[in-house]
Amino acid sequence: MHPYARAVPATLFDKLWDSHCIETDDDGDGLIYVDRLVLHERTGGVALDALARRGEGVRRPEHAFCVVDHVVDTVPGRGDETRVPGGTDFIVALRQGAADFGLRLFDVGDEDQGIGHLVSAEQGIALPGLSIACPDSHTCTLGALGALAFGIGTSELEHALATSTLRMARPETMRVTIGGRLGGDATAKDLALHLIGTHGASGGSGAAVEFCGEAVTAMDVEGRMTLCNMAAEFGAATAVIAPDDAVFGAAGATPLAPAEPPLGYWSTLRTAPGARFDRDVALDAAGVTPHVTWGTSPEHSAPVRARIPPASGAAARGALEYMGLEPGVALDSVPIDAAFIGSCTNARLGDLRAAARVLKGRRVAPGVAAVCVPGSTRVKRAAEAEGLDRVFEAAGFEWRESGCSMCFYAGGETFGAGKRVVTTTNRNFEGRQGPGVRSHLASPAVVAASAVRGRIAAPDALPRP
Amino acid sequence: MHRGVAAPLLRANIDTDAIIPSREMRRVSRTGLADGLFANWRYLDPARRDPNPEFVLNRPERAGASILLGGPNFGCGSSREHAVWALHEFGVRVVVAPDFSPIFRKNCAANGLLAACVPLDAVEALAAWTDDDPQARHLTVDLRARKIVGGGSPIPFEVPRGHRMRLLRGLDAIALTQGRAAEIDAFEQRRFDAHPWARLPAARGR
Ligand code: SF4
Repeated sequence: MHPYARAVPATLFDKLWDSHCIETDDDGDGLIYVDRLVLHERTGGVALDALARRGEGVRRPEHAFCVVDHVVDTVPGRGDETRVPGGTDFIVALRQGAADFGLRLFDVGDEDQGIGHLVSAEQGIALPGLSIACPDSHTCTLGALGALAFGIGTSELEHALATSTLRMARPETMRVTIGGRLGGDATAKDLALHLIGTHGASGGSGAAVEFCGEAVTAMDVEGRMTLCNMAAEFGAATAVIAPDDAVFGAAGATPLAPAEPPLGYWSTLRTAPGARFDRDVALDAAGVTPHVTWGTSPEHSAPVRARIPPASGAAARGALEYMGLEPGVALDSVPIDAAFIGSCTNARLGDLRAAARVLKGRRVAPGVAAVCVPGSTRVKRAAEAEGLDRVFEAAGFEWRESGCSMCFYAGGETFGAGKRVVTTTNRNFEGRQGPGVRSHLASPAVVAASAVRGRIAAPDALPRP
Repeated sequence: MHRGVAAPLLRANIDTDAIIPSREMRRVSRTGLADGLFANWRYLDPARRDPNPEFVLNRPERAGASILLGGPNFGCGSSREHAVWALHEFGVRVVVAPDFSPIFRKNCAANGLLAACVPLDAVEALAAWTDDDPQARHLTVDLRARKIVGGGSPIPFEVPRGHRMRLLRGLDAIALTQGRAAEIDAFEQRRFDAHPWARLPAARGR
């Protein structure tokens, strides 16, 4: 039935694109059907208000969902009051817009509240084969489920709300084949930092990246989400991973999944043998060890046990100056002020378990501020059911309500100027976590180990508890 | 790209008070104005809303018109943006005329309407071509190529570059895409037929 049949074998991305492409206009832009939309309070209320002012409706309100994650406070006992100046207005506006248009809202206090990308996966808003868009650049996280996921701007959001479509150029395809198996304490995050460190923060520029290979197949679904999440830092337009039984099981068990998941269709969501990609890179997972960033771009990454490389240009020199570091310094000698576990990159249950394994029976070093913000209220509940909250608190971590929290700075909470934080988030840009804050990206286990040691540390560097 | 039924309204100097009489602007709102569009012409008795069967937008063969073919100096007079809002709400997406009041034209661009400049004889030719069977003889307005396609060879039109870009890229991309509503609806129906699970039940209210 599709307007044009493919004569050549299709990649997974091609299949997803073609199955959502209504038409291609004269400029070559596709009109892409959007199955699901997720709005958050930072732009959602504004978009809904603009739509109302235009006299437009939401074309499919039952397919649009709202979350409160970006500016909502994460301190225990929180309400609508925010440390982000004026943040309450955003929450109230989203709540109003959601009520006006009849959209489901995962509100403050809702037992399913959380960071949008986690909520989308947990609730089955994103499923294999569906297209999903959200005004947030890390929407590509959901490509790990075999969904066609796009981060969009506010006007595109309005467009999608009104028309159930997005108009966009078809991205190039890029295959990232990751052979071998991750060993030791290396995780999907380390793999992502290694990939971006090797090929650069624009290595996947504008492409729809498919991650495949033995390491990806062997990875749990949460790890794949971490990998796809970091594709945004690789410059990718989006990321996908062929969904397998692990995904079908997880996705099929979500509240919004159909009673009988279309397993036959879902299992067609894979790249056909012989399909061509516009770009192709390969790397080996076997040699990857825990990584950390030393500069102000995710491409400024190196193994925790390495030294900071020679500054290769003005950008690297500027980064080192901002970070208060120099070439040749051993990364695992660098003292830290804070540790942050949270965000849509690394705050799922497996991430918290990995950190808790390191923290069990240990204490955060004196003077280190340590905060754990579960990625969703569901994750928080599940972690508490396993007693992880007690492990974190006994170690000296704050245990928070779910939200984006200190992943980004919006005028509210921050560790403070000049503070050095090891963080499980995705962006180490200047000022990302607050003016003057020095961010070192790493996996949950590395953040936990660093918090204990008071310096950047690999998990296996800690003495037995 | 917009394709639709055209309606000729070829008199000169159609002003914004003709488009939306001030008494029709009842609310502090951009909406609820379509009913008052051209009220003095569209209704024999505007107060009682008796349709004037002669008025072009009331003619069955022009039903669903989304392209207005106007005369010189279209949209002159008061700067009220309500004129554009009323046209838009009524379903008009393109006004073709030899020239426009600059303010009206800007208001069009801000609200997803294309105000396309075409010489009078060409406007008349387009109108004459649609006359035979307006419901079948649609006009196609291609904003990217800046051409209107009717019967004969495509007619180039003029639109300020900024307006064009705004129409192509800005908020008003929505209106352009809504011009493809039939295609979207049909695609969606095929999708729901093939993948019923992709459709969630409609919200049961709040
Ligand atoms: S956790 Fe950070 S990266 Fe993820 S959605 Fe929130 S602000 Fe964006």
